[in-house]
Amino acid sequence: MLSRTADNLYWLARYVERAEYLARILDTTLRLTALPLAYVGASNEWESAVATAGCASAFFAAHDEANEETVTEFLAFSTSNPSSIRNCFESARLNARAVRTALTIEMWDTINSAWLELRKWGNGPASREEFARFLRWVLESSLRFDGSAYRTMLRNDAYWFSRLGVYIERADNTARILDVKYHLLLPAHEQVGGPLDYFQWSSILRSVSALTAYHWVYRENVKPWLVADLLMLKDEMPRSLANCYDNLMQNLDRIANAYGRQGPAQRQARTVRARLENSRIDEIFQTGLHEFIEEFIEDNNRLGSAIAQQYLM
Amino acid sequence: MFDEMKGNGSTGGAIRPAYTALAAWLDEVKPDVLDFRRREAELLFRRIGITFAVYGDPEAQERLIPFDVIPRILSAPEWETLQRGLEQRVKAINAYIKDIYHRREILKAGIVPEDLVFQNPVFRPEMNGQKVPHDIYVHVAGIDIVRTDADTFYVLEDNARTPSGVSYMLENREIMLRLFPELFSRYRIAPVENYPDELLQTLKSVAPPTASADPTVVLLTPGVHNSAYYEHSFLADKLGVELVEGRDLVAKDDIVYMRTTEGLKRVDVIYRRIDDDFLDPLVFRPDSALGVPGLMSAYQAGNVTLANAVGTGIADDKAVYSYMPQIVKFYLDEEMLLKNVPTWRCREDEHLSYVLDHIEELVVKEVHGSGGYGMLVGPKSDKTTISAFRAKLKSNPKNFIAQPTLALSTCPTCVDEGIAPRHVDLRPFVLSGRDSIRIVPGGLTRVALKKGSLVVNSSQGGGTKDTWVLDR
Repeated sequence: MLSRTADNLYWLARYVERAEYLARILDTTLRLTALPLAYVGASNEWESAVATAGCASAFFAAHDEANEETVTEFLAFSTSNPSSIRNCFESARLNARAVRTALTIEMWDTINSAWLELRKWGNGPASREEFARFLRWVLESSLRFDGSAYRTMLRNDAYWFSRLGVYIERADNTARILDVKYHLLLPAHEQVGGPLDYFQWSSILRSVSALTAYHWVYRENVKPWLVADLLMLKDEMPRSLANCYDNLMQNLDRIANAYGRQGPAQRQARTVRARLENSRIDEIFQTGLHEFIEEFIEDNNRLGSAIAQQYLM
Repeated sequence: MFDEMKGNGSTGGAIRPAYTALAAWLDEVKPDVLDFRRREAELLFRRIGITFAVYGDPEAQERLIPFDVIPRILSAPEWETLQRGLEQRVKAINAYIKDIYHRREILKAGIVPEDLVFQNPVFRPEMNGQKVPHDIYVHVAGIDIVRTDADTFYVLEDNARTPSGVSYMLENREIMLRLFPELFSRYRIAPVENYPDELLQTLKSVAPPTASADPTVVLLTPGVHNSAYYEHSFLADKLGVELVEGRDLVAKDDIVYMRTTEGLKRVDVIYRRIDDDFLDPLVFRPDSALGVPGLMSAYQAGNVTLANAVGTGIADDKAVYSYMPQIVKFYLDEEMLLKNVPTWRCREDEHLSYVLDHIEELVVKEVHGSGGYGMLVGPKSDKTTISAFRAKLKSNPKNFIAQPTLALSTCPTCVDEGIAPRHVDLRPFVLSGRDSIRIVPGGLTRVALKKGSLVVNSSQGGGTKDTWVLDR
């Protein structure tokens, strides 16, 4: 398969995944800011949303203040922010169009309809209600895309490369949430379990659609180290770092088997996977949650470049 | 005025035999049903993503070509006449190009003037003495044909470079089959869906001698921003070949490879949908980012086949067109079967003065123009436009030819006010391979949707129709 085709498939999947992630961040932030201050503290949730989306510096280059209006515009509809939801769909479709023939009709249809639909939203919603509908629509589009890929694509390298895009992006997203919110997860000396923390922690879970999963896995009240455990080390949690790396490993191995050759990308994925497997959450907390996550993000980027080097250029 | 359904009688004439079943069906079908299907067709096209870009129109980066649901029908004998004429014409074109790049006998014989060749910007000296597999230069030709009455077809234009539109021929049929199965049951229509298969066979048949028994074919596109990109990806898909851009290819030691996830893979035949100028920045336009450095050298070494060959533009400009009857006679020693439209070459003084005197009745075209741009339709233009054009013509007469305004045939078409006759043309696609010339029965029928308009180009508000060739 052409390297460029693999590259397009990989980025197509990454952009759709990113759009979904941005929608989740915005949704969670809207919920948090709807609560009385006493429950969420005085922190600026909109600023935190921008940081979680990973575009704080670009945002503050364009805006002085992070508030509902500026952040929704920037993360959802901006044409100048390359990672806005609008631009994610735009880039996803451009990538899809370039590999139109490597996609199934269903996948193309999903991404093309999403792009056509996006135009109807113009420069943004008129009300909060409409915005909520917009965010739901983004989630649904991403789910449809993922579902159509899963159900209709041949299981060959095209599929595997698109999966790599999903999981690299997803691992990065989950790690970013943890990175921005890590201070909330560190065991505090006083007031653990107050209403303020509850809403902050549950918002983290919600932003990766894991709130219900949490209760099923732990059958306990929301506790910060368990939130971290779930999002980092639990294989069964679809957005955890461990699960992403399971999937990355599997798909990289399938590619290596099909091509008859292992390479740096497989080795890098294996190293990261082993590290996650051999870690325990209490040890991570002891040696430094922040440092662990930072290192993970770098490792994940390194895997991204290894995949690009080995297959996509 | 000749109507394909009603013949020459302007109204109430007898329905021509090929159209009887269609006319009966049109009488039966309720207008709202037709309208509903028409909207359904548009929806289908939009969802499949068949769009084209109109250059210079930023508002409409991607636009749909309007599709008309009423088919254009040709009887078997009509098609056979066309087919024979097309085969003859394309054979002559191939012989002409070979001659120009080798012995130049037609120039020595004084039949085609030399400056028409050597001063033509699309003449490629790189091709002088260059051998191409099986002497085939134009593997895919699109010949534009118009009709003026029951027995008279004219060739309006030859497209010997990178003719487009075949995806519409195929998609239009698909959509018609989906929307009007009951209409198909009243006819026996020759299929067109084997076109990609015929094309692939044609391309493989001209692989270089060094290629394996199963040569690797790719389709080279300028990329997603090209107006015909949809067609490129559609065809690559149907052919089952990689759709490559210049950056996917690399030439090393006169061999062309594509970059794949498993490393470099050798390429034997390139069906290129990019102009000569952009093929190789080392030889042609140095600023081209679309091409492949070193491609021409590999081509000249005979290690890769380009389809169509480089330099075929010398056969399809409008000035050469006017010599086509002599070209056919010279190489095949036959009379030309499909007529040329009478053409005045403004490069010749006598012709120029005639054109200037009769400009109101004529269509004046740029020799290298295409897409309906840069032309004057005399009878449809006002005085100021005509006098402006007259000045352009006088300042550079060589650049123009003129033809009479033909009364193009019309075909019933769905428009806002109901079903009304609109002017049509036809572009069949002619494939030339090692062993044979293949023509799928049908082509692209373009229709001028504006009342009375003769310009069918999609860039100028034209639409398309499915083209039915009836089986015997």
